Amino acid sequence: MTPDRDHLMHLLKEMLRIRLFEERCAQLYQVEKIRGFLHLYIGEEAVAVGVMQSLVSGDAVVATYREHGHALARGVNAGMIMAEMFGKMEGCSRGRGGSMHLFDKSTRFYGGNAIVGGGLPLAVGLALADQMQHRPQVTAVFFGEGAAAEGEFHEALNLAALWNLPVLFCCENNLYAMGTALERSESQLEITLKAASYQMPAWAVDGMDVLAVEEATRLAVEAIRAGGGPHFLELRTYRFRAHSMFDPELYRDKAEVEMWKERDPLLTLPMRLRAEGLLSDEDWDAMNREVLSEVEEAVAFAEAGTWEPIEELTRFVYSELGAP
Amino acid sequence: MTTVKPDLRILTYRESVREAMRQAMQEDERVFLMGEDVGRYGGCYGVSKGMLEEFGPERVRDTPLSEAAFVGAGIGAALGGMRPIVEVMTVNFSLLALDQIVNTAALYLHMSGGQFNVPVVIRMATGAGRQVAAQHSHSLEGWYAHIPGIKVVTPATIEDARWMLPTALADPDPVIIFEHAGLYNTEGELPEPGGPVDISTARTRRVGSDVTLISYGGSLFKAMTAADDLATKGVSAEVLDLRVLRPLDVDAIIKSITATHRAVVIDEGWKSVGMSAEIVACIAERALWELDAPVRRVCTAEVPIPYAQHMERAALPQVPDIVAAALEIVGR
Repeated sequence: MTPDRDHLMHLLKEMLRIRLFEERCAQLYQVEKIRGFLHLYIGEEAVAVGVMQSLVSGDAVVATYREHGHALARGVNAGMIMAEMFGKMEGCSRGRGGSMHLFDKSTRFYGGNAIVGGGLPLAVGLALADQMQHRPQVTAVFFGEGAAAEGEFHEALNLAALWNLPVLFCCENNLYAMGTALERSESQLEITLKAASYQMPAWAVDGMDVLAVEEATRLAVEAIRAGGGPHFLELRTYRFRAHSMFDPELYRDKAEVEMWKERDPLLTLPMRLRAEGLLSDEDWDAMNREVLSEVEEAVAFAEAGTWEPIEELTRFVYSELGAP
Repeated sequence: MTTVKPDLRILTYRESVREAMRQAMQEDERVFLMGEDVGRYGGCYGVSKGMLEEFGPERVRDTPLSEAAFVGAGIGAALGGMRPIVEVMTVNFSLLALDQIVNTAALYLHMSGGQFNVPVVIRMATGAGRQVAAQHSHSLEGWYAHIPGIKVVTPATIEDARWMLPTALADPDPVIIFEHAGLYNTEGELPEPGGPVDISTARTRRVGSDVTLISYGGSLFKAMTAADDLATKGVSAEVLDLRVLRPLDVDAIIKSITATHRAVVIDEGWKSVGMSAEIVACIAERALWELDAPVRRVCTAEVPIPYAQHMERAALPQVPDIVAAALEIVGR
């Protein structure tokens, strides 16, 4: 099925939103508006955008510490994300979480989890709650290929399969666990085989192709909603930027990065659309302007945000009386 | 045959916990139990015996030996609207789930700026004294009590075993219930009709005037026995059952010290950097001038728990140690 132009433009714009938002984040980090750890998703946009197309309101998302893209693609307000990174009270986690801990109840966005592998058991539990309450929801959990070395990965996959839970495991294989290449950390390089050993369908997908990601996710989510139990997608992608803002990138060749940049979804999709006569220069410029203005509005919202009073420091350790 | 007053029932600790879980599951569809061997086996300590038959495998879920996954799943299920009771067989195995308890359950409300509270209850057996050696004899309640964001309770009495659970389940935040394995067979009177008890305060279990014995969990009855013995020696000992280690009822400790002016802290954890150290620090901060003698601590010797019975006994706090410590500071 060939997607219609509107949909293709939507996918492109969603990816562009992540790209331009994060490029702005990198600038804001240099001028110290954003501090702490900042992990950019640039290069991997097709994964988050492709997966989110099959999720509906009410589905749950569990992400990693490299989650700005997932939050944006899930529909978390860009201004609230930016305000969070500024540490402002208007941020989506009230400034308590920062870049690595974006949360949003209204979109069931459960972080922002910065312990590798830690989000997987949580996703299993969210799916268990949906199953036990007979809700048709799916929980999508994102994690890197580095998580496959963690015990929690294996325990969670086993439990999800054993209990036939509605979990979509989204392994973002960007080839490096921080600076450690896959072949230097795994005895079995085929990650789908690990998942398949737990008796769940597991597919390797070109994570640089948003349409391929979207299609694979659609098939997986349909099967999950039909009661088919957990599915596993290995989304082969690449991180164009350093691991964090402190990373001198000593562990990989510039040539390798350049090779992957040729497959940049924000290069290849516009090329395809132009070739098919679906995207003009004017369209592309207009889309860039529109997205840039959303990003600048987000920055303005963050700038205008306020600092939580220090008197509130000890709030949110325990629930407050009268809270639901 | 025991003569029982009409408004009291005799129950074991094990039966009390089971009755609490059964009632919670009968009254609230969202409550379910999961853990290793809670179903077909009936629970490692027999606590959930019969519950699989009563509630079925959906609500009494046997899990694989995957502490991180099923504790994490309990946390996720709580976030998803359920009220899980997660049984971790013993505190020793809970170390495999520390990431989920400390990095997820305890932090979610805070990291999310108040959006996501985690109403999970995690039960686990704790303690030594049954010759099960070093890897099955930890007392790490104090470790957990170190962490803001979770609540730590240590029911010692039959009433607390029966009635702390509904309060814990009604709590919006994660509650860890430590059940000392040596208590499961203890019997006691349960006042009828009972009802949920608080999980925020300490209780005076015996009133005295010369010295306060401060304890919790499995050590409480050693403190009670020591108080009996002290009475025969002319020393009136008060026994304070902390019940809850986080939030710690410091006011109750200070109130008792202010009356007795002497304290012995009995803790099955190790002395160094442990629960007893926290209690003594609280006394030093708030009631130093009330003390007529140095505070004494009776804790587990700084060794892994040995297997041989005589060695294990020597490692753990014992009644004569408590009596000796109390006599020393009252000057007898």
